[in-house]
Amino acid sequence: MSDSNYNLDHLTELEAESMYVLREVAAQFDRPAILFSGGKDSIVVTHLAAKAFAPGRIPMPLVHIDTGHNFPETLAFRDSLVERLGARLIVGSVQATIDSGKVKEETGANASRNRLQTTTLIDTIEEHQFDACVGGARRDEEKARAKERFFSHRDDFSQWDPKNQRPELWNLFNGMHAPGEHFRVFPLNNWTELDVWNYILRENIALPSLYFAHERMCIRRADQILAHSDHLNLRPEEVPEMMQVRFRTLGDLTITGAFESNADTLGKIIDEVSATRITERGGRMDDKRSESAMEDRKKEGYF
Amino acid sequence: MAASTSPPDHNGLLRFTTAGSVDDGKSTLIGRLLYDSKSIFEDQLEAVESASSQKGIDGTDLSLLTDGLKAEREQGITIDVAYRYFATPKRKFIIADTPGHIQYTRNMVTGASTADLAIILIDARHGLLEQTHRHSFIASLLGLRHVVVCVNKMDLVEYSEERFDEIVKAYKNFSSRLDITDIKFIPISALHGDNVVDRSDKTPWYGGGTLLHHLETVHVGADRNLQDCRFPVQYVIRPQTDAHRDFRGYAGRIASGVWKPGDKVVALPSGKESTIDEILVGDAPLDKAFPPLSVTMTLKDDIDLSRGDMLVRANNQPESTQVLDARICWLSESPLNSATRYVLRHTTRDVQAKITEVLYRIDINTLHRVEDDVTISVNDMARVRIKTASPLLTDGYKENRSTGSFILVDPSTHLTVAAGVVG
Ligand SMILES: Nc1nc2c(ncn2[C@@H]2O[C@H](COP(=O)(O)OP(=O)(O)OP(=O)(O)O)[C@@H](O)[C@H]2O)c(=O)[nH]1
Ligand SMILES: [Mg+2]
Repeated sequence: MSDSNYNLDHLTELEAESMYVLREVAAQFDRPAILFSGGKDSIVVTHLAAKAFAPGRIPMPLVHIDTGHNFPETLAFRDSLVERLGARLIVGSVQATIDSGKVKEETGANASRNRLQTTTLIDTIEEHQFDACVGGARRDEEKARAKERFFSHRDDFSQWDPKNQRPELWNLFNGMHAPGEHFRVFPLNNWTELDVWNYILRENIALPSLYFAHERMCIRRADQILAHSDHLNLRPEEVPEMMQVRFRTLGDLTITGAFESNADTLGKIIDEVSATRITERGGRMDDKRSESAMEDRKKEGYF
Repeated sequence: MAASTSPPDHNGLLRFTTAGSVDDGKSTLIGRLLYDSKSIFEDQLEAVESASSQKGIDGTDLSLLTDGLKAEREQGITIDVAYRYFATPKRKFIIADTPGHIQYTRNMVTGASTADLAIILIDARHGLLEQTHRHSFIASLLGLRHVVVCVNKMDLVEYSEERFDEIVKAYKNFSSRLDITDIKFIPISALHGDNVVDRSDKTPWYGGGTLLHHLETVHVGADRNLQDCRFPVQYVIRPQTDAHRDFRGYAGRIASGVWKPGDKVVALPSGKESTIDEILVGDAPLDKAFPPLSVTMTLKDDIDLSRGDMLVRANNQPESTQVLDARICWLSESPLNSATRYVLRHTTRDVQAKITEVLYRIDINTLHRVEDDVTISVNDMARVRIKTASPLLTDGYKENRSTGSFILVDPSTHLTVAAGVVG
């Protein structure tokens, strides 16, 4: 850095913005939480939070909505991260929501617990009276998410009203709300997928092994590759085979598409992501259900 | 360690916003910019193509790349800001595509408040409309120093140089009363791509560069204030763990100025003096920090300092005041009420505030000051006097975006009702 150059590189600028947002959450809310999915975005949010409050601990718990259909690697990673940071972990269980009879498990070959998560999430928010939930969603992921504020207001029923969002001026975030309402907060709003990967490389952030190319039993369904597991309902014609794959996002086992790849290092992953012409959610069945699938789920209170 | 800075051949990050009246082609232009710079993913393009054909449109409606909400697609207008990201080898861009409809002006203000530059679109057939005026005024109010006026839909006026010149003249005439220093004019067709990314052969009379070329090269770095040191304390870090029993750090985002360990500082409002011990990002100490870094500062002395206070230098201090003259943009459906105690949020501080006087309202078409009818309703711009329950530490917005801006919140609805700038 030369004395005449006070332009930050854009990753440093994004980092500064995200840290500011996280500190604003800690300052403005009584009972904030970080929604931790175990995916790379929530891992980056957690890393930024550790940085924002160092050398203190992260002053809010991590909340994991466990679909019961998680990759075992994700859970092991989560537990070791929580221990290393000395953070508090709260788990909301979709299985418990199903057992309580509140929701019914989807059936059929495309069955997924993705949508059921919303009920568990809202229950967990109510049980712990969280007034702010920090998520790792980014505006570049999807066209409805492109419309998100940093502080996104949710009414008493956790609903998002995209036609009537609060104005958000400069970085003066308004987190004021009535009892029962809460906010979803998105510190990574302005990051792209490539920014996230470059930042992971720069900061040397540990990730679950699923993101790196590995051998795994998979099936092909439509134009997708899905990991074979006990949770996946196989169709008669589907035969699992061994493939060299990795995951671009980590969601529920049953909907997260893998793809064939040799990228087994961060450097190779960044090359691969830079060259790709398909968005990362392009591999997710949940978004393909209809044109406004994401918007509809978000309105109901999805992540 | 020093903060990482951009390589010298890279122009860093540019945040820009679109503006202009409804249907002038803002979203189509952003779609075109993304498309022609090859920043659209295959699955996004396929989704937009199939949505276009479902609507019975010939070809691809590029505005659907940003108009992502169901209601927007049904009505064919933008309702809320969409943020899009793209990069060229020269620069990285954050775009805010904002709505032109007057009803959603608050969303345009949202998009413009974080931008360095505004692209104002004008439909070549219609020329300047009321929303062109309003958005230009808002851009000026928000201190956007760089404006690109794109005269759009040139294909519908046979790429007429005369028509372009007429609009340029009208806009210059209007904007001479605004506070925008750098204005460029470009004749374009967002629909066909003329002069957006590639030069058009249909406008041989136009000697300037394309829109993308301008966006890649415009210099905005000088807009950052490196002179006046202001550090609003956002959060106090007191770990109280065995390892850091006595640590007390002041976390925040540097609003302005260049800061170094060893600098003498004054805490406001207390006036207590101390010296910076360390400037940290996470665990890493910096030898120098400047905006917009988020850091944690430790001081050599134990002084009382909390959220809402500010660190500054003794010889360069903001104004401490309980009476504020400010320009505001009213964003709420319920009009300004001089009896209401609003919450005023300025930097990291909240205070109660009353609007004691409306000095004048702006007639958006003539830019004249209206002093006899000063009811302030949604989308009005006005100059007001505000009294606060305790002092604020302010600078003029022109000198300092962070310490010169504020919002007003209605405590009964919790809604943000106004954006304000000091001075
Ligand atoms: N002929 C022609 N039509 C255009 C051009 N640019 C945009 N249009 C059309 O103008 C209409 C409105 O375009 P949009 O991009 O949605 O306008 P907008 O400014 O984003 O509108 P709001 O966001 O609702 O304020 C659409 O039908 C576009 O196809 C152009 O250069 N030439
Ligand atoms: Mg639009």
